Amino acid sequence: MLNDRILLAHGAGGVMSQQLIDEVFKKAWNNSYLDAMLDGALLDLPPGRVVMTTDSFVITPLFFPGGDIGKLSICGTVNDLVACGAKPLFLSVAMIIEEGLPIADLKKMVESMARTSKEAGICLVTGDTKVVEKGSADGIFINTTGIGVIPAGIDYRPARIAAGDVVLVTGPVGDHGLAILAQREGLKFATPALSDCAPLGIIGRVLEKYAGAVKCMRDPTRGGLATVLNELAQQSGNGILVKGANIPVSPVVQGACDMLGLDPLYMANEGKMVIIVKAEHAAEITKDLQNLTEARQTVAIGEVLTEPKGMVLLETELGAQRIVGMLEGEHLPRIC
Amino acid sequence: MCLGVPGKILKISENFVATVDVNGNQTDISIRLTPEAKPGDFVLIHAGFAMEIIDEAIAAETISYMEEMGWYDR
Amino acid sequence: MTDDQVYLQKLLNEIKGETNQFALMEVCGTHTMAIAKSGIRELVPPNLKLLSGPGCPVCVTAQGDIDAVIEMVKNPAITLLTFGDMMRVPGTTSSLQEERSRGADIRVVYSPLDALAAAQQMPAREVVFLGIGFETTAPTVGVTIQEAANAGLRNFSVLSLHKIVPPALAVIFADPDIKVDGLICPGHVVAVTGIEPYQELAQQAHKPMVVTGFETRDILEGIVMLLRQLHRNQAMVEIQYRRVVKPEGNLVAQKTLADVFETADCRWRGLGLIPQSGLKIQEKYRGFDAHHKFAVPEFEDIPIKGCACGEVLTGKITPRECALFGKGCTPIRPIGPCMVSQEGACAAYYRYTPVKGRE
Repeated sequence: MLNDRILLAHGAGGVMSQQLIDEVFKKAWNNSYLDAMLDGALLDLPPGRVVMTTDSFVITPLFFPGGDIGKLSICGTVNDLVACGAKPLFLSVAMIIEEGLPIADLKKMVESMARTSKEAGICLVTGDTKVVEKGSADGIFINTTGIGVIPAGIDYRPARIAAGDVVLVTGPVGDHGLAILAQREGLKFATPALSDCAPLGIIGRVLEKYAGAVKCMRDPTRGGLATVLNELAQQSGNGILVKGANIPVSPVVQGACDMLGLDPLYMANEGKMVIIVKAEHAAEITKDLQNLTEARQTVAIGEVLTEPKGMVLLETELGAQRIVGMLEGEHLPRIC
Repeated sequence: MCLGVPGKILKISENFVATVDVNGNQTDISIRLTPEAKPGDFVLIHAGFAMEIIDEAIAAETISYMEEMGWYDR
Repeated sequence: MTDDQVYLQKLLNEIKGETNQFALMEVCGTHTMAIAKSGIRELVPPNLKLLSGPGCPVCVTAQGDIDAVIEMVKNPAITLLTFGDMMRVPGTTSSLQEERSRGADIRVVYSPLDALAAAQQMPAREVVFLGIGFETTAPTVGVTIQEAANAGLRNFSVLSLHKIVPPALAVIFADPDIKVDGLICPGHVVAVTGIEPYQELAQQAHKPMVVTGFETRDILEGIVMLLRQLHRNQAMVEIQYRRVVKPEGNLVAQKTLADVFETADCRWRGLGLIPQSGLKIQEKYRGFDAHHKFAVPEFEDIPIKGCACGEVLTGKITPRECALFGKGCTPIRPIGPCMVSQEGACAAYYRYTPVKGRE
């Protein structure tokens, strides 16, 4: 029988570590890679360029409306692979657990990871668990590393972006950021906003047939839509002009941001993609994406320009253009 | 200088605490500075306080006021 | 176009048709930010100057006062609660953000009442709320002090750096180097104080003033109303933001201010010492005055080399005319407070106004 809470002994490598693996991890995950019990996973990859990406997840709270850190740790890495144009294949998971974490919570997270990775079609092939003393971590930190392969003909690097291309976003922005913020200590408000946290492999598959027309894709996570647009403008050496009125933001997110002095363009998303496409295919691609549950509200928000290089401009309701910068420092609620 | 956002009072509890709706979000604020506020009122919220009761009907009046003054034709 | 858009264009057209040289000052930082964000600054004709005034409470907080706060949080018994706005403001050697990383207990709150609740939850800690802001924010802090007194709390206090707006405007009007033809008055401040203090100023200086709201439409209406007064050579205080602002203001809030605070001489960044422009906690609430409780030392204002925030705050120069703007002073590495605060004039220019936009 396991204890109720994680003890340092669960990470010591002995009998209790084994128990934890058997009781928590093996119940959620089993496949030939894990069953082989090797020090590493031996992988056979299909032809094509291999993409590898890694991300660490340190979110408070661990459970939030619309998801939990487990689900997030899968979606984050899967979506990075998808944004590179890869089909997600294999995943590693490393957990650093703070002593005292309820085992029931860990089980819930692990089950959520298993469910999400199955949904995303990615296979967990290797993992690691460490336990640290109380106070040395915040409940649990999770790192996931993903490997995927890019099908022939697909290249989503920003260098391909050119003036005239159209910028799409696959739905309203800011919900994840708000859902998390509302759970934070000190901000006492209730919001119906749910994290949009979702694996987006299906978007990658739908876009495959538009290989030449899709120029680039990126998920607007930390730093939000504004930061990703700036990265794309800088890395491609183009300007981007978005129409403020076209950027989808739910009234709930807008209202909460107005109250706290925050800007939805800088709020994190975990289930959205920014996609840059050739103008002549924009309508068709938008329509195709709108058929997906994950991208029902896909909309064109702007276009790529030659100037100003490396900058993002936004057209206001008055028809003026203003700069949209990158997120600077911490996005803090304010009163003035 | 001072951000303010309109919210609608849903209910008033003891100690001048009001639950308000801001575009679907709910939060508790103090109505100590607007003790006459009642459920259904829109108030201007700043730093967790209702600062004033909002009269939206006046916003429409302002437009007609601007129109009545006549637009400058330069 | 929707009716709203047609109306906005009508307002904008009237403003664009202005041919006289006028300088209008928006006093409030929230206006500065809204004007930059909506692009109004870029759309008005070059003969209309929109100047930013001393209405960002973070920006006008004296360097010495920031240094004093930073010194205070080094006391390990103290938990400082502050609005997020103050976290990144650089003092002479450090900022609250840096002190937090060194172990000081500093937390961001949304309302002063959250600070009171924190004091009740942590009876063993000395909880200090950093009171910044003008007449809008000060009554919320006043109520909080009254509630702390009613609850008999002994571990809660406020470091009041609150200021009031009219004395600063009087200084600006009296300065021959500052040319301002009309004022876009701060809607949420006047919602508390009422228009009386501004009527005096308007008459003395013979300047039109319009108390304005914060939506794009409000600001355009406010500008149009100012221009119309200027053409008639009027100097009235008009209220554009009538859905919120009553001419007499919020009497309950005024009563709270009078009960908890008294005016005192106060240092402003850029404007220097202005008589009776600060709000000090009254003697009867002395137990809640962090200045008194912790004998917070006075720090001199050490000028930041090359920083022209003072001139920016008084509308003498526009942010781009400062030698440090964008070169050494950016929102990521701010040198002066006007670049730190979200609503600081420099940050608003840097963030939102394209270079091709007017200075």
